[in-house]
Amino acid sequence: MIEPNRKGEVWVFAEQEDGALHDVSMELCGKAADLGARLGVKTGAVLPGHNVKEMAGRLIALGIDTVYTTDDARLAHFQTGSYARVISTLVEKHRPQIVLYGATAMGRDLAPRVASTIQAGMTADCTDLDISDVTDPKTKLVHANLLLQIRPAFGGNIIATIVNYDRWPQMATVREGVMPMREPDYTRTGRIVPEAVELDETVLALKLIERHIEPRKVNLKGARVIVSGGGGIGSKENFKLIYDLAGAIGGAVGASRAAVDGGYIGKEHQVGQTGTTVRPALYIAVAISGAIQHRAGMEESAKVVAVNIDRNAPIFSVAHYGIVGDYRQVLPMMIKSLRERV
Amino acid sequence: MPYDSIVCVKQVPDTANITAEAMKEDGTVNRAALPAIFNPEDLHALETALEIRDRFGGTVTALTMGPPKAAEVLRECIYRGADRAILLTDRRAAASDTLATSYILARAIRTIGRYDFVFCGRQAIDGDTAQVGPQCAEKLGVTQITYLEDLVKLEGDTVQIRRNFGHGKEVVETRLPVLVTVVETANEPRPAAAKRVMRWKRARVPSEVSQEVKEAMPNGAEEQLAAETAGRVDALRKKDLLLEQWDLDRIGADLERCGLAGSPTKVFRIQSIVLTKSGYTEIPPTQEGVKQLIHELVVEHTLG
Repeated sequence: MIEPNRKGEVWVFAEQEDGALHDVSMELCGKAADLGARLGVKTGAVLPGHNVKEMAGRLIALGIDTVYTTDDARLAHFQTGSYARVISTLVEKHRPQIVLYGATAMGRDLAPRVASTIQAGMTADCTDLDISDVTDPKTKLVHANLLLQIRPAFGGNIIATIVNYDRWPQMATVREGVMPMREPDYTRTGRIVPEAVELDETVLALKLIERHIEPRKVNLKGARVIVSGGGGIGSKENFKLIYDLAGAIGGAVGASRAAVDGGYIGKEHQVGQTGTTVRPALYIAVAISGAIQHRAGMEESAKVVAVNIDRNAPIFSVAHYGIVGDYRQVLPMMIKSLRERV
Repeated sequence: MPYDSIVCVKQVPDTANITAEAMKEDGTVNRAALPAIFNPEDLHALETALEIRDRFGGTVTALTMGPPKAAEVLRECIYRGADRAILLTDRRAAASDTLATSYILARAIRTIGRYDFVFCGRQAIDGDTAQVGPQCAEKLGVTQITYLEDLVKLEGDTVQIRRNFGHGKEVVETRLPVLVTVVETANEPRPAAAKRVMRWKRARVPSEVSQEVKEAMPNGAEEQLAAETAGRVDALRKKDLLLEQWDLDRIGADLERCGLAGSPTKVFRIQSIVLTKSGYTEIPPTQEGVKQLIHELVVEHTLG
C-alpha cells in the first residue's frame, strides 16, 4: 500500500496505438497541467511502447513536464500484463499523487489491473475532476487538496463524487471528450526519462493472432455543429431530413441511442453515455426525448436547439432554444432559412 | 478434454427504473427499494461457460456475493444449467469497493480450487465500472482477456478468443487458466429450462430459510426459530436442494481487506440528477420563427 505523497506529480497514462497518441490522453495532459498548477507540483506521463520518442515530445507540448518512457519491442502492442507491469513499477518508484487514464477499452482494461497490483483505489469513467479539501464524515479529519473524482453512476441517474483519503495514488479513468484539448506549445520544455522495466514471460502471456481496427468514419468530436436525430424520427428514410439539415448547416450527423437501436443509423453516430461525448458550438436535437444518458453526452455543447413535438420532453431542460413542433415541418423551414441566408 | 468454469454473477438493481426514494441519506443505494435483476452481461458470461461445458464436458460453478436475496440469481444460474452455485454473504463485506470486492471474490475462487476459466460480465449496470473482472484476475495471478465476443478455438490448455473493443476486434491466444470478461454481443443466453425450474425452484441458501422461518413464526422464541430453521435446512440437504452459503471466515479472508476497511475509494457525495428547468427561449414552429432563430444564431456567432 502506498501512503499519500503530497509532493508527488500528477500523471497521465499516455495511450498510443501504432505510434499515434489517443485523443483522450492528449486531453488529459491539459487537465493534468491544470491540476498540477493548483497543487503546485509537476506533471508526468508514462509512455510504454516502441519507438515512442516523437510522441514524448508531443506530450511535453501538451503540458507534461516529465515523460517516463519504457521503450521495448515487446511493448509495441498493448497487452494488459506488460503495460500494467510498467505502470505499477513506475508508480511505486516515483509515487505520483494522481494517475489519470483515458476511459477507453484499453484504459478500462489496464487501470484496474494496476490498481489491484498496488492496492490503490480506482474510479471508473469520470466526467469531471476537481481539487478540494474534504472532511471525512466519520473521523472529522480534514484532508487537504484531494482529487474529487466525479462520475455518473446507476445508469446515469446519480452523480457520485469519489475520494481517496489515505491510500494513494488517486487514480481514475476519464471519459473521452469531456476535457478540452490544449493547443500544443512546441516551445515548452520538458524531460524525457527512459525507464527500464523488467518484463518476464508471465506478463507477456498473450499472443496476438489477428487484429482489425475499424476506421472512425464519423468525426463527431471535431464537428462545430451537430444535428442529431432521435427515436421520434421513426424510420431510416425519415433520417434523410437530418442529413439534409446537417448538409445545409455544414454539420455532422449524430443520433440518440433510440435511433441507433431502431436501426435508423449506425452506432458510430451515437451521442451519449455509451456513444461519443461531444461539445460542439451548436447542437440541434431533433425528436430526441433527452434521456439522461443522452444529455450526459451533449449538455456541454455551447448552444443547444431542441425540436420536439412533446413540450415535456427532458431535452428542453438543457436547451437554449426550443421549438415545440413536428420536425417534419420544422426542419424544412430551417433548411429553407439557411439556404436563403446564403 | 473437459473444462471447469467459475462464473461470477451479480444481482443488481434495475437502474433503468430508479427513483429518488431508492437513495439513502448517506448517499448509498437502498437496494431493497428497487427491483433486483440478473446483471445483463453476466448472463452472457454464464452462457459462454455453459456452451464450453456442453461441447467439451466439465463443470460450471456460479458464484455471487451479496445479501441472502442474491441467491435468486444463483437459482437462475441453476435453471439455465449451472452445476453448482455458491452465495458469499457476510455483513462484514458490505460497502466494499471494487478492490475489496475483487479480493473477496478471488479468495472465494481460490477456495473453490481448480478452474480453467473464470468468466465475468464486462460490467454491472449499477456501477458501470468494469473493474472487478481485471482486479480479480490480478489477485488470482492469471491472465485476463476482456470483452470476449467469441471463443474462436479451445484445444488442450490453449484458448483463442476474439475481443471486441469497440473500434476494432482482435484474436488473442493464451494458456489456461484465464479470466475472461464477456460482452453482450457474445451470444444469446439460453432461457431457464422448465425441468430444471421444477427440480430446483425450492432450492435455498440457509439464510433464506432462516428468513422464511422468521416470517412464518413472527412470535417464535429464538430457540424455536433456530430449531425450525435447522430442521428445514436438513430437509433441503436431504433433497439436494440446499445451496451453498459461505462467509468471510469460510474463505479465509483478511478482514482488513474487506468492506469499508479494505476500500481505498470512498463515496464523498452523491447528487441525484435533477432536471434544471432554467428556461429556454421558445421559438414558434413557423417559417418566421425559424428564420429569427437562424438570425439569432448568426448574430451571436454560433453560426458563422
